[in-house]
Amino acid sequence: MGSNMAEAHPVGFQWVMEAKARGARVIHIDPRFTRTSALADQHVTLRTGTDIAFLGGVINYILSNGLDFREYVTAYTNAPFLLNERYQDTEDLDGLFSGYDPHTASYDSASWSYESIAAEATPGRRAKEQSSPYQHGASGPVVEGAAGQIAADPTLEHPRCVYQVLKRHFARYTPEMVEKICGVPQNLFLDVCRAWTANSGRERTTGLVYSVGWTQHSVGAQFIRAGSIIQLLLGNIGRPGGGIYALRGHASIQGSTDIPTLFNLLPGYLPMPDTTHENLTAYLDNVRGRNQKGFWGNADTYMTSLLKEYWGEAATAENDYCFGYLPRINGDHGTYRSAMDMVDGKVFGYFLLGQNPAVGSAHGRLQRLGMANLDWLVVRDLTMIESATFWKDAPEIETGEIVTERCRTEVFFFPAASHVEKSGTFTQTQRMLQWRDQAVEPSGDQRSELWFFYHLGRRLKEKLAGSADERDRPVLDLAWDYQTDGDEPSAADVLRHINGIDLRTGRTVSGYLDLKADGSTACGCWIYSGVYADEVNQARRRKSRFEQGPYEAEWGWTWPLNRRVLYNRASADPQGRPWSERKKLVWWDAGRGEWTGHDTPDFEKNKPPDYQPPAGASGPEALCGDDPFIMMSDGKGWLFAPAGLADGPMPTHYEPHESPMRNLLYKQQASPVRMVYGRPDNPSNPSPPEAHSEVFPYVFTAARLTEHHTAGGMSRQLPYLSELQPELFVEVSPELAAERGLHHLDWGHVITSRTAVDARVVVTDRMAPLQVGGRVVHQVWMPYHWGQTGLTRGDVVNDLIGVVADPNVFIQESKVLTCDVRPGRRPRGPALLDYIGDYRRRAGITPETGTRIMTAGDGVGPAHIEPAGLVSPPRPEGQP
Amino acid sequence: MTDTHSFYGPLADPAADAGHREHPPRVGFFTDTSVCIGCKACEVACKEWNSVPEDGLNLLGMSFDNTGMLGSDSWRHVAFIEQQRPLGQQDAGLEGLPTGPSGSDAAAGVVADALRHAERGGGELGTAPVDLGFPSFQLPGAATGAEGRTEFRWLMSSDVCKHCTHAGCLDVCPTGALFRTEFGTVVVQEDICNGCGYCVSGCPYGVIDRRPGDGRAWKCTLCYDRLRGGLEPACAKACPTDSIQFGPLDELRERAGQRLAQLHEDGVPEARLYGADPNDGVGGDGAFFLLLDEPEVYGLPPDPVVPTRDLPEMWKYAGAAASALLAAAVSVFLGRGAR
Repeated sequence: MGSNMAEAHPVGFQWVMEAKARGARVIHIDPRFTRTSALADQHVTLRTGTDIAFLGGVINYILSNGLDFREYVTAYTNAPFLLNERYQDTEDLDGLFSGYDPHTASYDSASWSYESIAAEATPGRRAKEQSSPYQHGASGPVVEGAAGQIAADPTLEHPRCVYQVLKRHFARYTPEMVEKICGVPQNLFLDVCRAWTANSGRERTTGLVYSVGWTQHSVGAQFIRAGSIIQLLLGNIGRPGGGIYALRGHASIQGSTDIPTLFNLLPGYLPMPDTTHENLTAYLDNVRGRNQKGFWGNADTYMTSLLKEYWGEAATAENDYCFGYLPRINGDHGTYRSAMDMVDGKVFGYFLLGQNPAVGSAHGRLQRLGMANLDWLVVRDLTMIESATFWKDAPEIETGEIVTERCRTEVFFFPAASHVEKSGTFTQTQRMLQWRDQAVEPSGDQRSELWFFYHLGRRLKEKLAGSADERDRPVLDLAWDYQTDGDEPSAADVLRHINGIDLRTGRTVSGYLDLKADGSTACGCWIYSGVYADEVNQARRRKSRFEQGPYEAEWGWTWPLNRRVLYNRASADPQGRPWSERKKLVWWDAGRGEWTGHDTPDFEKNKPPDYQPPAGASGPEALCGDDPFIMMSDGKGWLFAPAGLADGPMPTHYEPHESPMRNLLYKQQASPVRMVYGRPDNPSNPSPPEAHSEVFPYVFTAARLTEHHTAGGMSRQLPYLSELQPELFVEVSPELAAERGLHHLDWGHVITSRTAVDARVVVTDRMAPLQVGGRVVHQVWMPYHWGQTGLTRGDVVNDLIGVVADPNVFIQESKVLTCDVRPGRRPRGPALLDYIGDYRRRAGITPETGTRIMTAGDGVGPAHIEPAGLVSPPRPEGQP
Repeated sequence: MTDTHSFYGPLADPAADAGHREHPPRVGFFTDTSVCIGCKACEVACKEWNSVPEDGLNLLGMSFDNTGMLGSDSWRHVAFIEQQRPLGQQDAGLEGLPTGPSGSDAAAGVVADALRHAERGGGELGTAPVDLGFPSFQLPGAATGAEGRTEFRWLMSSDVCKHCTHAGCLDVCPTGALFRTEFGTVVVQEDICNGCGYCVSGCPYGVIDRRPGDGRAWKCTLCYDRLRGGLEPACAKACPTDSIQFGPLDELRERAGQRLAQLHEDGVPEARLYGADPNDGVGGDGAFFLLLDEPEVYGLPPDPVVPTRDLPEMWKYAGAAASALLAAAVSVFLGRGAR
């Protein structure tokens, strides 16, 4: 669901085909009939962006028919826990949860807490600005006091227990409602419900796959939450064949969140300190929470070891291990905020490493205008991508918005070595690190990222040498002593430092349990600890699957500690016995007093199933013998999230930011806490209850083709790939083609309030209209790989998309918007601006459109537009 | 079973027939189109390994197929076929949606017009335009009514040179550029080919093709160089779902038979093998297929026959005709002499 696995992950899809050959039933739920649907047993077309309505329908089906895996749910989830009396549901508040503040468009989650745990009022504004929920990436958020006894009703009958709250919350998500909202006929929906529930339980499990079709929504995190709730209710987490497979968008993008390129995270999902963290202790108290369960209790060992890795001998107990050297965040510094800050003249320099925002990021136009207003820009890529050449060939040259002679940005282009020209690891979706050796020497001036940053750091240190300025200390004190081979740093040595080193012996540690908070260990990323255990590059192991057990423990290395299935303690019952012989994975061996099985147990090896913590215990010690979710503050899987999410403790169906439809469930139309950026250069198409949504009557979605790679930098330059998909096209159904007079292979163009793009029309039966809420809704799809350079060129599809984001992780809503489609080519040059201006006039669009995000109740909430000082940015030199 | 001549009929060991002694077993491809995901990795891997040139940046509008057909510059070709009929027990999820009639016929008409006007029709096929039976002209089983469409399936299939038991191209090659390898495959030697083009009209599948500007004939070599090095062909190596399987032909035929039986059991009665029968018009293919529809749907000829099948007969007739002519001529002289 939300995944086109066969096209976007064809290599991984071989295992789906293998499962199918062994009798698995494959169901594909997606707005389009794709190459994945072609190989599935069943395809379900749904309206883009209505996944929570569908999944909520499944939850309602499970709960109203009593089909949950009751023993699993009672023992391993927070279903029995009681909520406090102050909690109010979206059913009570017309689409809002308790704690909403319309002025900051954020929630105080205090009223969502468990009954027996008094949570302090925590205004949500700061959490929302910092994308705090993302900082819980490898764990549950803080629930202080969760280590103690939590008031619960094991019969699941108390009206305030999570199970009953969940049941009431989703009671109106009936098959009829699913049909009305999603456009999925009831019998088809019920088929999916029956298949999912019948194939789950003690003897069987169902796997759930999602990709960026789920994440790139203003409620994307809640899509995933909805899937998680179903998988927990059906006992499909921590068990073989079950789980949730988050297929990532690029090779090693998992690696780039584990060791992050994100503004709010440090390696291993340790949060980036913010301006309230005076010292290491204050920071750690914030990370660990007080008196709660789980392995975040050891955060002091992870953080101190990280600081020791960064600053080596300079980091001592006396100077707080150089904690003060870390930068602090004080708000939203995400990629879209940064692009706007560039436009507004607040950012001066920018590094682009293997990224092509001029084509690949939502609102490409905003990205290009931002980049045209920098002092300097460094681009490291395989070829001269559009983000390196926008100053001479951006679409804004044609419209006169960027003038080459006056564009101030100095662009430095560095040719990058490709993956075959350097050694290193990829971390894939299963958290598996796979090492690759260098195959050939880089040609010409091409160099690895490692080379670039190692020498950049070295030169910066040289330039600053002798400086007495305190602000230069963090750079001067950096431990920057990697082994080199010639002038190329050793990637293996870097991986060794990531693994962690016992500074007393100089040898690698065997895992994160060896890390210390006393400065005697250094570790670059605690969750990767063990990848270089015994001084062996574990990621380089390549034992054939035919020569080892079913979990292939000796192929590559998976974090944490080479566990292939996370939370696999849940594959055994509370007493430690496999739920069934057929689905056994790990179990308690009473004779030897240890956990054992086919996979590395994701549990303390010698903690028996009946272990009860002593009074006052916290951290790992507080985990009971039947608490499988060892990173969570209460040891349980969360059907209801008492903390940690910016947009509610349970998923709720909201319409997308741009939708042709009114929300049929609540007056609250779309997510009341979504990130909107009301500014003239970021207009929104109107959605009900606003007027004139009919100007953009169609639902638009964009995605990839197998034949190209994201923004095209790795494929549009290659003849063998370009010839396979040589031109930008727009897919429409025969019905929409008839309605709009579009003809196969003729030109057409797609229009939003941002811009219009040209494309060849492809009329295909793979697109089908839907009957939604008493009307027919047409969906339009485009691939987004094209730009101005390369062997095959085309308009930038991402220019159609505005910036609206999920409040938890700041991901843009690029998978669903509204549009118009017309035959023929779009106007060129300045006439394009007039054309779009006319659409905006007809739709009554102002910077306020789409920013009055609270629509529950009788009135309309305040508009969330950018402060006036920012609305009219100083004109950059390059822009007349 | 083996015929006395190697032009036609079942032939157990084509490599031996070509004079190879102590040769390895005959190898080939079994392409199981029922598991093809249309990723085209085979096309790319083939071109990368064999340095086959780019074949034109043309949006063909034939579903996701922008290669069009096999030719001198495309030795693998993935066909995409959109049809208004169900695939086995598959539910395309169209029932109950507000659909109108299919758009496939209209799209096919546009594609047909475009191809008619294309300079090379997507590839060089001998000297005159040839109707290959493009998948989308008239789809067998396609719904024609004006009612809402309720069924749909999307077929994908990777086509390649068939490496025939009786290879028409090889039989007519006057220079010996085409030869039968020790693996039983058929390969053009680029340094010997003189570009005469006889092979192009000799191929019953329309596979082998002359490259414009070069003039020589090119086609799949079944990665002869890789086979000699003990490697499997590039396309099979790259195929993520094992739709393209490489191996000894006997094993592949056995595996294909099992797969066919399984699909029939699973409620896909339309599954059938193509090119697996040694009694067919080319003595069976070295590269054969499991299809889910009639061969024409995929652009494959329904009953390919090696053009040299009738060569012995033709020689016999030609001989008889020559004898008759000779006899007539002689009789003329004899007659005159008698007068």
